[in-house]
Amino acid sequence: MLSIKNLRAGIEGKEIIKGFNLEVKAGEVHAIMGPNGSGKSTLSNILAGREDYLVSSGEVSFNGKDLLDMSPEDRAREGLFLAFQYPIEIPGVSNINFLKTAINEIRAYKGLGPMEAKDFLKLIKEKQALVELQGSLAGRSVNEGFSGGEKKRNEIFQMAVLEPTLAILDETDSGLDIDALRIVANGVNKLRSADRSFIVITHYQRLLDYIVPDFVHVLYDGVIVKSGTKELALELEEKGYDWIKKEVVEA
Amino acid sequence: MAEQNDILEEHISSEYKYGFSSDIETETAPPGLSEDIVRFISAKKNEPEWMLEYRLKAYRHWKTMEEPRYWAHLQYPEINFQNIIYYAAPKQKPELKDLSEVDPELLATFEKLGISLEEQKRLTGVQSNIAIDAVIDSVSVKTTFKEVLAEKGIVFCSFSEAVQEHPELIKKYMGSVVPYTDNFYAALNAAVFSDGSFCYIPKGVRCPMELSTYFRINTSGTGQFERTLIVADEHSYVSYLEGCTAPMRDENQLHAAVVEIVSHKNAEVKYSTVQNWYPGDKNGKGGIYNFVTKRGICLEENSKISWTQVETGSSITWKYPSVILKGDNSVGEFYSVAVTNNYQQADTGTKMTHIGKNTRSTIISKGISAGHSNNSYRGLVRINKGAKNARNFSQCDSLLMGPLCGAHTFPYIEIKDKSAVVEHEATTSKIGEDQIFYCKQRGIDTEKAIRLIVNGYCKEVFNQLPMEFAVEAQKLLAVSLEGSVG
Ligand SMILES: Nc1ncnc2c1ncn2[C@@H]1O[C@H](COP(=O)(O)OP(=O)(O)OP(=O)(O)O)[C@@H](O)[C@H]1O
Ligand SMILES: [Mg+2]
Repeated sequence: MLSIKNLRAGIEGKEIIKGFNLEVKAGEVHAIMGPNGSGKSTLSNILAGREDYLVSSGEVSFNGKDLLDMSPEDRAREGLFLAFQYPIEIPGVSNINFLKTAINEIRAYKGLGPMEAKDFLKLIKEKQALVELQGSLAGRSVNEGFSGGEKKRNEIFQMAVLEPTLAILDETDSGLDIDALRIVANGVNKLRSADRSFIVITHYQRLLDYIVPDFVHVLYDGVIVKSGTKELALELEEKGYDWIKKEVVEA
Repeated sequence: MAEQNDILEEHISSEYKYGFSSDIETETAPPGLSEDIVRFISAKKNEPEWMLEYRLKAYRHWKTMEEPRYWAHLQYPEINFQNIIYYAAPKQKPELKDLSEVDPELLATFEKLGISLEEQKRLTGVQSNIAIDAVIDSVSVKTTFKEVLAEKGIVFCSFSEAVQEHPELIKKYMGSVVPYTDNFYAALNAAVFSDGSFCYIPKGVRCPMELSTYFRINTSGTGQFERTLIVADEHSYVSYLEGCTAPMRDENQLHAAVVEIVSHKNAEVKYSTVQNWYPGDKNGKGGIYNFVTKRGICLEENSKISWTQVETGSSITWKYPSVILKGDNSVGEFYSVAVTNNYQQADTGTKMTHIGKNTRSTIISKGISAGHSNNSYRGLVRINKGAKNARNFSQCDSLLMGPLCGAHTFPYIEIKDKSAVVEHEATTSKIGEDQIFYCKQRGIDTEKAIRLIVNGYCKEVFNQLPMEFAVEAQKLLAVSLEGSVG
């Protein structure tokens, strides 16, 4: 599904991702943890195609295609979804209209005509129920005036509607109250399938109790310094990052 | 962003869709302005003596006035008023009985503009339910649905026709809201105006369809000076639409219109404009100078006037649709989207004058500047002494696209009555890279993203437009702006 080899990238002349490797197979859930500023959001932005970042070397293939060669919108159309750490507000544009535009763009890319209005409404209703999003939020302008938690939940709602093959969740759990966390995690779990993969970026082991990952990676200073299973997350929760940093220095 | 600049480039260079000119036989006056020209125009139109007198008074007054140049946030070379042709009319038989008598080239012109002068009998239900008065260069060529409207006592015809057929109404109302002494261009218009639309809604009548005037400048070197007068008698309602385009020409053409609205007791007039005069090319060459005076008066209690404008065209726009709130409890509204791109300049806004008690006004202005353009909001809210409990809410937002354009806000507030409540909000924002990236991440390309974001920004104004017009306005906005983010 996704294969990242020796990726080096940065911004404004500063290297942030320093030789990153990752293999994500269809159906897998990978968690990426790591201290603040280690490059987690940078990585997701680069995968999503944010133009500000400069990739100096490395390869990324996504479903057999060269991801780095694609425009951000084509990456999305190919099935890559990023739930933003800080979702953006678009005043005056209703969530519904936004999603309708997105769906139809993705369909057009695949050579399909626009979705029928009634099918679209049905889809929206169904996905709204999936993430227990209030109807009023779906009708409001994209993220405008949403609380922090509502914005995060809206990201998951959008993900559910767009049905990507690879979803990157950048700290979707931070800012969520306990109930919302459970709802969001449930939503993600319901979307888990043999041909859909997730990269879940988080600081908290708690989320991984709900969304149980196949692998946990620790990102530090732009590289993965440790990989393991969900037990690694528990260990991190207990001991913090210092021991890993020490290992890195010693190595 | 290289890609965005490419799209910007592509769109800026995209052709103005209505830039063709038509080969219609026209009759024109020699260029220049004098009493003789004024007489010539009046004679051409077979006007009664009182009309000529009015024009001459206006002309003489105009000669004493100076061209206003420095107060608005606009820059343009001096206009030579002796180089302009003040009268141009399609040559054809007067009084057309039906469309078969209209010059086919002219019909084709309107067809090209997407306006059908055929009266589509409302069979399909949604088909055109708009009565149209088509004004080409200086003359009204065809008014549709006249008979249907006449059944209700509604008068909707060209101004020239009204001068002949309804002199008492014209004498009573013409110049009552915008006197010829009002300003330089209003005086000029009063002297040389050639045609325009007249509309009268009698007492207690709700106009069953949208009334619309479509203006088109065709002949080179001409100025267009049309006059519109709308009178809504007690307890009546009308929604009025105005559209306009012009051919692409290297020269600047002057358009100086006057629109007057009178709203009587319990009457409501909604006036919507989608202004799409040729804006000039991407280097700022050519385009229309759009110097327009639009004003309405809420004459008696509970009357309402609402202006909605979407301004995308013209090289220079100078326009302040205003409302005089004379009647108690009367309501004035101004909703505006003004878009400027390339080297366009717009200085637009409104004036709300509160005279009656409990009068309310709302101003929503959305400016969008791109390219090297300059976009100013200029508004005055005046609460006269005695206008007890007057209220105003103003919101002026500016959206900047790219680093080279300008947005300016000049809100003036004069309050002479302590009971007034006046609120003003203003914001300036940039279309964010973040917003665009967010859209792209959802599969929406830059162009569509900008369209989405800008339409969202203008939503409050578009919501005020009749359905067909709103769709039109959105498309127009897309054409004028897409990709203008740098
Ligand atoms: N536009 C930028 N200009 C300069 N430095 C940047 C820019 N964007 C990110 N950085 C730097 O890159 C590093 C990685 O940032 P990033 O946001 O990827 O960290 P993160 O792992 O997501 O952190 P957090 O856990 O706090 O979300 C940080 O040191 C950050 O300051
Ligand atoms: Mg981050």
